[in-house]
Order: sequence, then structure tokens, then C-alpha cells
Amino acid sequence: MGQGENREEDANMTDVKAIVLRAAGTNCDVETQHALELAGARVDRVHINSLIRNLELVDAYQIFVMPGGFSYGDDVAAGKILANQVMHHLRDALERFVEQGKLVLGICNGFQVLVKAGLLPGATASSHTQEDVTITYNDSDKFENRWVYLAPQTDRCVFIEPGRRLYLTVGHGEGKVVAQDPSVLSRLQSMRHIAFQYVDAQGREGGYPVNPNGSMASIAGLTDTTGRILGLMPHPERFVHPTQHPRWTRMNGNIECDGRTIFDNAVKYVRGHF
Amino acid sequence: MKEWRFELSTKTGFTDVHGKKILQEISELGIATISAVETARVYLVEAGFDRAVAERVGHELLVDPVCEVVHVGRRASANNGGATQIEVHLKSGVTDPVAESVTAALVDMGAPCQNVRTAHKYTLLGQLSESEIALICQRILSNDCIETCIRGEDGEPPSPHALPYEFARVEWPLRALSAGQLVQMSKERDLFLTQVEMEAIQTYFQGLGRDPTDVELETLAQTWSEHCVHKTLKSSVDMTIDGRSVTFDNLLKETVFRATQELAKEWCISVFSDNAGVVEFDEVSALCFKVETHNHPSALDPYGGAATGIGGVIRDPMGTGLGAKPVANTDVFCFGEPDRTLAEIPKGILHPKRIMKGVVSGVRDYGNRMGIPTVNGAIYFDDRYLGNPLVFCGNIGILDRDKCFKRTQAGQLVIVVGGRTGRDGIHGATFSSGEMTHEHDSIFSHAVQIGNPIVEKKMLDVLLQANEAGLYEGITDCGAGGLSSAIGEMGADLGVEVDLEQAPLKYAGLSYTEIWISEAQERMVIAVKPENLEAIAAIFAAENVESTVVGRFTSDKKLKLRYQGQLVCDIDMDFLHEGVPKFARKGVWNTPSLKEPRLPEKGDYTADLCKILGAYNVASKEWVIRQYDHEVQGGSVVKPLTGVANDGPSDAAVVRPKLASDRAVAVSCGMNPLYGDLDPYWMALAGIDEAVRNLVCVGARTDRIALLDNFCWGNCAKPEVFGSLVRAAQACYDGAIAYGAPFISGKDSLNNEFACEDGSTISIPPTLLISAMSLVDDANQCITMDVKAGGNLILVVGQTHNELGGSHFYKLQGELGANVPKLDMDMAPKTARALAGAIGQGLVASCHDCSEGGLAVALAEMAFAGGLGIKVHLGDLPRGPGCEGAAAQLFSESNARYVVEVAPEHLDAFATCLEGIPVGQIGSVVEAQILRVQDASGRTVIEAGIDMLKSRWQAPLNW
Repeated sequence: MGQGENREEDANMTDVKAIVLRAAGTNCDVETQHALELAGARVDRVHINSLIRNLELVDAYQIFVMPGGFSYGDDVAAGKILANQVMHHLRDALERFVEQGKLVLGICNGFQVLVKAGLLPGATASSHTQEDVTITYNDSDKFENRWVYLAPQTDRCVFIEPGRRLYLTVGHGEGKVVAQDPSVLSRLQSMRHIAFQYVDAQGREGGYPVNPNGSMASIAGLTDTTGRILGLMPHPERFVHPTQHPRWTRMNGNIECDGRTIFDNAVKYVRGHF
Repeated sequence: MKEWRFELSTKTGFTDVHGKKILQEISELGIATISAVETARVYLVEAGFDRAVAERVGHELLVDPVCEVVHVGRRASANNGGATQIEVHLKSGVTDPVAESVTAALVDMGAPCQNVRTAHKYTLLGQLSESEIALICQRILSNDCIETCIRGEDGEPPSPHALPYEFARVEWPLRALSAGQLVQMSKERDLFLTQVEMEAIQTYFQGLGRDPTDVELETLAQTWSEHCVHKTLKSSVDMTIDGRSVTFDNLLKETVFRATQELAKEWCISVFSDNAGVVEFDEVSALCFKVETHNHPSALDPYGGAATGIGGVIRDPMGTGLGAKPVANTDVFCFGEPDRTLAEIPKGILHPKRIMKGVVSGVRDYGNRMGIPTVNGAIYFDDRYLGNPLVFCGNIGILDRDKCFKRTQAGQLVIVVGGRTGRDGIHGATFSSGEMTHEHDSIFSHAVQIGNPIVEKKMLDVLLQANEAGLYEGITDCGAGGLSSAIGEMGADLGVEVDLEQAPLKYAGLSYTEIWISEAQERMVIAVKPENLEAIAAIFAAENVESTVVGRFTSDKKLKLRYQGQLVCDIDMDFLHEGVPKFARKGVWNTPSLKEPRLPEKGDYTADLCKILGAYNVASKEWVIRQYDHEVQGGSVVKPLTGVANDGPSDAAVVRPKLASDRAVAVSCGMNPLYGDLDPYWMALAGIDEAVRNLVCVGARTDRIALLDNFCWGNCAKPEVFGSLVRAAQACYDGAIAYGAPFISGKDSLNNEFACEDGSTISIPPTLLISAMSLVDDANQCITMDVKAGGNLILVVGQTHNELGGSHFYKLQGELGANVPKLDMDMAPKTARALAGAIGQGLVASCHDCSEGGLAVALAEMAFAGGLGIKVHLGDLPRGPGCEGAAAQLFSESNARYVVEVAPEHLDAFATCLEGIPVGQIGSVVEAQILRVQDASGRTVIEAGIDMLKSRWQAPLNW
């Protein structure tokens, strides 16, 4: 059933290696592994306990992915308990990972963890703690699963193809990106931390449901100052096969799987830089 | 040791979304004096650390530094004048998952604690009377079943410190009791056993020469409960149908099972024997499917009841064979009409809107957290569900074909995995087998369980690893009846001995009986060879999942329980599992003498169509569907919502359970309780046909359909109630044979009656849910129900009859009618096969079945889902005799009908596929966004813009 965490050596695979972190309540790890494999990466799903026991494990990989789910039930706040674990056990290892020019991707719950552990947007201080940006309850105060359009807002992020609008699905109850005050928001804008904005099919910002959760400035994803950390609420791993598009039966086969670009770009970047 | 109190509230300038929602709910209660509601999360942490550490815990762990403020200690109310403070705490012993997470997080921080409790604090700004406060507490803020409301500045309830249990073997002398005393004992001890059953038990213990212990009687009561053994459906029946006598030795075996046996499909791997029915998927994998009900608990605590309903049914596939991986959830609910005033609701019943909201959030929070897509379902409203809402939860799992059977043997260890045992849910199995009364909410609140999905997810993760490593030999879930049911069943053919004090407990104080019958959630039992113990324990420990050896399978066919070495139960497995006296039941069915109403034909039916689209049963369920993650696991092919704006109603869901393969599974359901008022036989066939039609509509195979039955009925001791069930069971046989679609699993929930304070009872209508799944060879060939392109042709497949009985059209006029939709059991399967063939050849652009609301509703839904118009002329509609009127043609709910969209270039090939089947080309898809229907004479009987039709359909449940 593909549950094994360590795969046999395969000479035909490239040397791009990704680690997908698991914790109690992680639940998008298998499809995230699948999406990374489609992009050509070798993937291990690793439980956080194994990683904490052996932090050097992470050195074997170039892409670190925190997948979606409800880590620890989203108790206290979404991603908070896992972020607490990351801060107390993995911070140094992750900082080293990023300093080595490697990539970190947080999807949905993984994005919440990156923000709450202070790894995103991560511009103001060297100490990684959450400071002035958060992800909180949707304005609707409920979980919602729906498709959204995303417009890239930065040319710095290695995961993103500038100018290419993406159509992806969200599934979350706490996805509203909030900045502490207007100055923080303008810093996010001026420092190009905003990776994606929610837009409509024509590329315009809008209210609910174009912006499904009420995020400030329609923020759907954030990147750090290096462009090598990306966090986003939508799920790119849920659109890597044509039949995942909600209207694929209307499209006569003309379907580009938008989710794949995120993983393809990551793998391409690693191939070009390592 | 100090109890630190933390209050987290919304920072000024940020929106308190929970408070806003509660304010809205308060205004919906008709209370307009509240200007705002402020909410706060409260944590009570018992720990040895000092204030400096407490401040760090508050700031680093508990608070959101951007939009919340933390206050260590009790925060005084800012507005003393018109403010009411209410704090909601969990009752002692109720599972608190957040507390468990915080406890673990404090260890990560290096600040371990003794105990954590959580609460919610609400500050209501504005003037309120005492009775209004009580109403708000009762209706909105808390559920008395599991929570306590504390007013104002009152101190929080004391931390529970349960007293340790001191062993005392309890015997319940019954050998000398009279029949009347036996019945009284059953009643007083909540055993829900009949006199005959109590006498059988008495005879058994007289033979043993001793009285039973409490745990022996409880074990028998649970094992023999309706919930676990389905004695009503397995009873012998003397049935009278319209004066004609029919008998059954065993109703289930001679109807539902018999169809499966006679069909003897080689692709059925395991039916009616394991926790879920198992069928082949591909060369290496199998699928299993189970649907359960969780009605009684959901009536008392909608959120917790529904959450544990879905949590429980997920464990069925997890406990099937050697364990399946869950890949899809289904849910079907029945509620009272949601717009009733509170005054219309009998005492002891929660308001149906509150029940619905609670049930939906319960399924949402558990299913989403488990990472299992909830892909198919239905909601049915009828006031007869006021006292007994129905909550059906289903789960499909995938497992290896070579791991579909258990191999438990004597000498293997009994290991409990997952959550700990507490007092939750004691007597759930027996309670669910009885009638509800207005007192039930207070008497049986302990029967409600609170789920913790993350415990279940962790358990699933490690069990899949252990399964792949081949480290256990048998597995089953702890459902109703807890360890008693799980271990009792696993050891039924062998014998088992258990040391109850070994079971890990949530808190001290449980007696040996409570440990044995507790229905605490998130537990599974596995059988492990002693030599594999170390390896499997390591897998569990690596991910913080508790596993404990509690006993050993034997070969003496005895159930032996010990507590601290003392024998407290020693009974024969044969008596436990085979000793239940067989029921003999009487059933009566007299076809009611019903009349068709005489309604004048109208010139225009647009208003009727709009009303039907806006009927709760037909209206869009998008508000519910979007709260469920239906795409997690990445296998989504046909989603529950479809069409140009992603909001049309799909007929069935299609999921690819293996991401590297394009083979898929389609899942659907069928149910229409209203037909049961006319004839449950035809109701059941309509349900089967609807479930099959829905599968056909998305492109599933017709030769691999597996069915599941869920009977929910009223009090079956009443011959006329049981008679209607027998009619439905007979139909299940006929329908399964006709379609060549075996039943693979089923479940029943009987005695769904509510005894009101005034002595009246509300019985649910006969409710049969048919769930169905089938295979899709290539997911890329699936189709959806939304029309695709202007110029395409609209055809109706199947004959329309004058069958408005039980229809929505009649319901609108306050009529029931007489002509219940029947099923041509020769033509219907032929139609399904022929149409499936055409879809398989890629000849069909869209396909939708005619169900509730008939042809007119199907056309409207296809049009607005596709964002295009449809023009039709009913002159060429295939129809039976007596179906000349436009009303019958538009709104008759005849079975075995489909509306299909075919491109002109495919028409000939389509006609060839459908040879011998009634097909009528009635119109075409048009760019103009209008639905226009002309009757046979050319008169326009429906004309409306699709946007208007869609908004009528979306409005009612757009909460």
C-alpha cells in the first residue's frame, strides 16, 4: 500500500531527494509524495519522531516538504503544536537546510506551521519566532473545500513561474493570512513576500468566494527573502492528474495540471543548483 | 502544584469570528438585546512551573501573537454593566483532545505539566433576562450532555481526581427469579433483554450451578443486543400480505443474503461475514465498504454522535480482513424540517436545525481530520425524524487481496491499540437498541462518546505499517460493546482469556465491568504471535501510539475474564454467540387503499418547478458538501459538485484509490422514504434503482455493482411496522437479482420511535438506504451531469408512467397519491446496461437520472449546472398509458429513466447501443440560458431563466 518510508535504491532515478514530514494528523503526505515523484524526485515520508532522533537525516535531501493535514488536530490553533515542535527541535536543522540553498515547501497545514514557527515570512529577525503575520480562522468560521485562481506576485520564488495563473483547490478552516498592522502588510508587499494572491478567472482580486477565507490583500501564499521557502494554502498536489480538475469533463482533454508546476520547478531548481 | 489559568481573546481591531457567529445565532433565537459576543479560549494548566514559565507558555504556545491577547489568570469583565459571562467546561470524564495536545506540547517546551483542561468563555454584551441566558446556554453555547455552563465570575469546576477502584466481585442472583422479576431486572439494569432471553440466561446459569456476575450479564446483553446481533432481521416471520400468508425461517437469510448467494459473483471476496463487505478491485487490491448508523447518540449530542459515527465506521474497513486503508467516506442524514419554531418541537428533542448543524460539523471535523474524502451523500427532511434523526456514515477502504481474511489462532496475544479506555459510551449497544423517550437525554447521556480523530489517524498510520510488515494475524474494531464485542467476536471460534486490569485507562476508578463494556473510541484489537510482539510494539511506540497486551487466545471456547487474577467471567463462547433465543415475529402488510387526487391540469408549471427545486429534499446541499474535504488523498475524479460553476449536483462520486492507476471506484446512494407510505416494497426497489442509475450516470460498470442495505425502522414489535420491513426486504432480494448486484454488507437500526411527554409517539417512516459502488475501468472515460454544448441533443431513456404517488409534485399540493413508482425488473437492468455501453463508447456528453422532482427537475439541474439552456418538446417522450397530462410527464418520479445529452454526430451510434430500449429525442441544448418545455400540443408549460432556477435551488440551505 505504499506505506513504506524507505524505498529501495533505484539507479534510474535522479538524485533529487525530497523529504515529506509526517506528524500525528498529517494526511496529505501520500499524494504529496506522488506529486513529487511525478516531478522526478525521490521521496521519503518521514515521521517527525525519526527526524528528531536523528537530525542529520535531513542532510540527504534538497527539498523539505511540510504537507497538509491537521497536525495534532489543529488543537490550540492550526499548525501551532507542530510549529512548537519545529521550533524546539528542528529549528537549527531547518535553518542550516535553507542556508545551504535548499528548498522548503509548506502546503496548507504545512504553510500554517511555517508561519507559526516563524520561518515565513521570516524577514525581520534572525530568531525564528512568529512575530507579525499569522494565519487564522476563515471569515466564514468554517472549513471549506473549493477551487481558486492564484496570481503569482513575485519573480523571486523558485517554485513559481511568474505570470502563470494557477487554478488549484483549497480545503481549510483556518487560512486567513493576517498581518499585524498596515505597515507589516506593506512590508510584505514591498519586500515581495507575497507569493500568490487569490484572484478570479480574469485575474482580478475579489471578495468571497474569490478570496475564500478573507485573507488580507488576498494573500494565498508567502515566500521568504531567499525565495526558497514557499508556503501556500491551496493544494498543488491535488492537481497533478487531468481528472482532478473540477471541470475536466467539459474540457476535451485540454488540461494543464497546474499543481505540477510547483513541484516541477522545485525539482528543476535543485537539478540546476546541486 | 498550581493551576495556571490562561485566557486567550481576540485583540482589539481584529474580528472575533466565533463571537460574530454566536451573535447571529442569538439573534436567530429572537433575542435582539445583545450588541456583541466576545469569546475567549481558556486553558487550566496544573503544573509546577513558576509565573515566568507560565508567561512563556502563554506567549509562545497558546496565543496567536498577531490577532490574540493572552491573560495569565482570570480576566475581569471590562464591561460590568450589561455583560454576562458564561464559561463552558467539559463534564468530568469527557475526552478533551485539545488538552492532550497541549500536554504533549508542554513537554516539547521543556515545561511538563500535571493536567490540562480547556474551556470556552463567552461575554455577552447587552441586557438579558435569566430565562434568556438559560436559553442561550442551552441552545447555543453548550450541550448539557457533555458540558457544564458556569456563570459570571464563579470559579471553574474542580479538577477531576477520580478515586481508585477497589475490586469487588459482583454477582447478580437470578437463578431463583420469577419471569416478572427477570423482566424487571433487565429493565433496571438497562440490559434491554426480553423475558425469553432472560430465561435462557437463567437456564444457562442454573446449569452452571451459580449466579452470573455483573460482567457476564452485561456481556450477554451487549452481545445479544439488536445492535450487535440483528435478531429482528434474523427472526422467523409469520407474514400476512393482503391476507396472503408468507413465512420465513430467517428473514435476512431468505431475502438479502439469499440474493447474494444465488448470484454467487466470483468477484465477491467476503460478504456479510467481516466488518465490511469485500470485493475485487484489480489484480492485487480489493475494496471494502460499510455503512453504519449512529442515530441515537446523534439525537442527544449531534456533534459528538455524528463524529463518533464517522469515526466508528472508518474503523470497520480498518478492521476488515487484515485491515484496509480508508479511501472515501459517505454520509446520509435524515432530519426534521429545519424551519420549525422551537414551540413545535416536543420536549426532550433538540431543534432539527441545531441537530443538522451539529451533525454536519461532527462529520466534517472527524472526516477531514482523518484525511479521508467525504464524497457522496444525501439529506432527507421529514418531520417524522424530529425525535430520531438518522445519521448514516459509510466508508470504503482498499486492502490487499491476499490479506482479506484473518488468521487468528490459539496462543496469539490479544493487544489493544490506540486510545485509552474511559467511562465514555457505556451501554451504547444496548441503548441504541431501545426506544427514545423525552427522558432519554438525561438518563443516557453517558452513552455519548467524544471522538478524537487524531488518535485514530495515528493508530491508522501505524496499523498500516504493521500490516505491510505482516506483524499481526487478526484485527477488529472496538465499536458498540467495546472490548466485549471486539474480543468476544475475535475469540468466538477459539476462546480467549483477558486480564482486564491491563487495559490502559484514561483515569482511575473504572470497575472491571466498565473496562470491558466501555465504548471509548479509537481502539482496535489485534491478534499477534508472541514472537512478533517486540517488532510490532516498536512500530507503535515510534509514533506515540499505545499498545497493550491484555490477554491471549485459547482453544477452550470459553470467554474468561480476570481482574487482578480473580476470575470474573467464565462462559461458553457457544452460549454467548449462539445462545440467543430465536425471535418469532409477526408481520402484516395491507396495501393501503389510496386514491389519486384529481388535480386540474395547469397551463404553466414553472412555479411548481421552482417550488420543487426549492424543497429541502431537492435543494442544493452545497453548504454541507463544501465543509467536507472531498479531494484529500488526491483521487477525486467526479466530485460531489460539478458543472461550469462547480456547483451542479453530481449523481455519484468517482475516486481513484491508487494514484498511479486510472482504475476508479464509483459510489452512490438511493433512498426515498416517502414512497414507503405507499408501499415499502416499491420504495426499496426505487432506492436500488436510484443507486444503480447514479452509478450509470457517471460511467461505472453495471456488472460490478455491489449494494449495501441500511434498514432504519420504527418499533418492529408492531406487526404492521415489521410487515413494512419485510416488504422492503423482499424487494431487496428481487432488485439484487434483477440487477445482478449482490448485497455485500448491511446494518439495521430499529425501534426508532420517540415517546413524547404527552404519551404520543413519533415513529420514523420506513427508511431504507441503499448504498452502491462499482468499478470504473478508466477514470478518463467518466462523464458528469452538466450539459456541455449548445446544439447537442437531449434524449430521455426509459419510460415515463403516471406515477406521481409520493412525488414532490403531490407533496406540494398536500397529496400523497396512490401510484407509487414501480420498477420494470426486466427493462430497468437492460436500460442500465445499454446506456452504460453507450457511455463507455464515449457517445454521451452528459447524463443525469430522473429522481425526486422527475424529468423537469433533471432538465433544470442539467441546464443550470452546464450554464446553458435546454429546449424540449414532450411529444416524443416515451410514456406509458395514462400519462397524457403534462404534470405527470414533468413531475412523475418513474424509475429507470435517464436524461442524456448526445452530440448530433453520435446519435446513430447511440441509437444502436440503445436498441430495444424506450428512447425519445425530446430537444436540444441551446446557448440561450433558458429552460423551455413544450407539451405534446406545443404549448409552453415551463419557461424560466436558468439563473433563476439555480437560485431557487440554492437558496433554502444556503446557511
